[in-house]
Amino acid sequence: MIQIEYILIISAIMMFAGIYGFLTRRSTLAILLSIELMLNSADINFAVFNRMLFPTGSEGYVFALFTIAIAAAESAVAIAIMINLYRLYKKISVGELNKMKW
Amino acid sequence: MDYSQFLNMREELSLLLVILLIFIVDLFVSGEKSRACCLEGCEAEAGGKSCTRMVWLTRVPIILMIAHTILGMCPGEISVGATWEYSFGKMYQHTEMMVFMKSILNIGAVLVMLMAYPNLYKAENRIKAGEFYSLTLFTLLGMYFMISAGHFLMFFIGLELASIPMAALIAFKKKDERSGEAGAKFILLALFSSALLLYGISLIYGQAGTLYFDEMAIYLHRPNFISILGLVLVITGLGFKISMVPFHLWTADTYEGAPTPVTAFLSVLSKGAAAFTLMVILVKIFSSGPFIEYWNVSMQVLIVLSITVANLFAIRQNNLKRFMAFSAISQAGYLVLGLLGGTAQGMESMVYYLAIYTFANLGAFAIINELELASGKVCISDYNGLYSTNPRMAFCMTICLFSLAGIPPFAGFFSKFFIFMAAFKAGYVWTVFIALVNTVISLYYYLLIVKAMYIKSNPSPIAKVYPSLPGVTAIILCVVATILFGVFSAPFNFLGFYGFGM
Repeated sequence: MIQIEYILIISAIMMFAGIYGFLTRRSTLAILLSIELMLNSADINFAVFNRMLFPTGSEGYVFALFTIAIAAAESAVAIAIMINLYRLYKKISVGELNKMKW
Repeated sequence: MDYSQFLNMREELSLLLVILLIFIVDLFVSGEKSRACCLEGCEAEAGGKSCTRMVWLTRVPIILMIAHTILGMCPGEISVGATWEYSFGKMYQHTEMMVFMKSILNIGAVLVMLMAYPNLYKAENRIKAGEFYSLTLFTLLGMYFMISAGHFLMFFIGLELASIPMAALIAFKKKDERSGEAGAKFILLALFSSALLLYGISLIYGQAGTLYFDEMAIYLHRPNFISILGLVLVITGLGFKISMVPFHLWTADTYEGAPTPVTAFLSVLSKGAAAFTLMVILVKIFSSGPFIEYWNVSMQVLIVLSITVANLFAIRQNNLKRFMAFSAISQAGYLVLGLLGGTAQGMESMVYYLAIYTFANLGAFAIINELELASGKVCISDYNGLYSTNPRMAFCMTICLFSLAGIPPFAGFFSKFFIFMAAFKAGYVWTVFIALVNTVISLYYYLLIVKAMYIKSNPSPIAKVYPSLPGVTAIILCVVATILFGVFSAPFNFLGFYGFGM
């Protein structure tokens, strides 16, 4: 059986890859993809903890399912806003989002 | 299944009914004729043809919401002391304090709907009025779920329901680049913060093996690296919502770009709901000895940073909405001060602070909104000489700002006093001292606006503004409440019966 540490390490790598992508990507769509990576790493954690540590219940699985649905709703709203921005600027780079600064 | 447990969800069900009714009204009054009328604008309505859609769509939601607010404030059985009721296997919890929180949020939502009336009456927004109301109320429903959550799943769904429609509201002005930019910044950072929060919840789940708030406290008694990381990530995720300082970077841009009523909604309601939920989570889950030490230290750092940094940045702002954003960050610091130590007294003073802050801040925003709509000006330098043209507006604004700064005759002084007293009693003397010093700094920048309105001369001040009737109602309600709560202390004594802490 695969040990729990290996899967947790993978999910941690996914999480930090997502954070790195969020901070470095210039395209808003790539940023959204990075965020999906972060959300999915949390889902993996839920599923793994449920399967390996607490196999009697199914709270973790249910939580992961709800998270996937909510993440889809969030991405839909985010993409709608991006499309609106594309209509205004003809670009979706974060470099365009500089009208307001301190 | 026991259906009587739905009775505990009185507020949620009544709000859901309001939302459905608004949907139905929106559906039936938007026939082809009134749609055309809305798109062209109803300037021809003097000829006897009025835009029935607008009349229905602005009055019905406000009346329904006022009815819902009054219904929510009617008490069930009156008892002394916090009584907990649970539904759905403890997924949903309910106590008197949560009813008060929901009532405060209701009043805030009514005020925001009143002040949004002139915005929605503009020709380009008429077609979107129904959407505005239903999105606002869905956000409110999310806050209800978040406040009453007894399980992390409920909490997470509530949090997302409170933040996804919010992004749509912020990007409400579709043709405006600033509004779109604000919406993009908000949704990206909201997604980022909820991903971090989710990772934190998963780590805590790995330690406790359950997601129910009550059971988690039993299993989380010895802190280790993973559970502390989970705690930190949960505080981070909620810190984004409350906009405390290391997580505040979206605040100023979003507040500046969003339509002003939405900014008002964001600055009061989502902040208050998130702060209350953070307190419930910390008090209920992380209530064993070593954890208390950890979260108190990190909250102290966040509070001191929020209050100080936001005050220093607020001084150098010229755009009034950006200024109010930094003022809101520092007010959030004061609000969360009630959380230190997790005492019942802290919770009471936090809820009281939120109530007073709701009135003072929404009053200021209602005035900013009316002036912005009439003249298009939002800079502090534009407010020079406002007293000579709009003396009553300037006076109401002064009262709201004095209350925000905490000057004695007004309610803001007492709410600050109670919250300092609670934190002092819990033993956080130095944090209270730093907060007190910062009150003086905040007085300086609030008085800058008062000075601009009364003393500075301006060859071309904002012309006389004739605000809309709902806008005036909102302003008068806020000012009267700000003055009344300053002399009338019964609400705080009443809250004192129902606080809960560790």
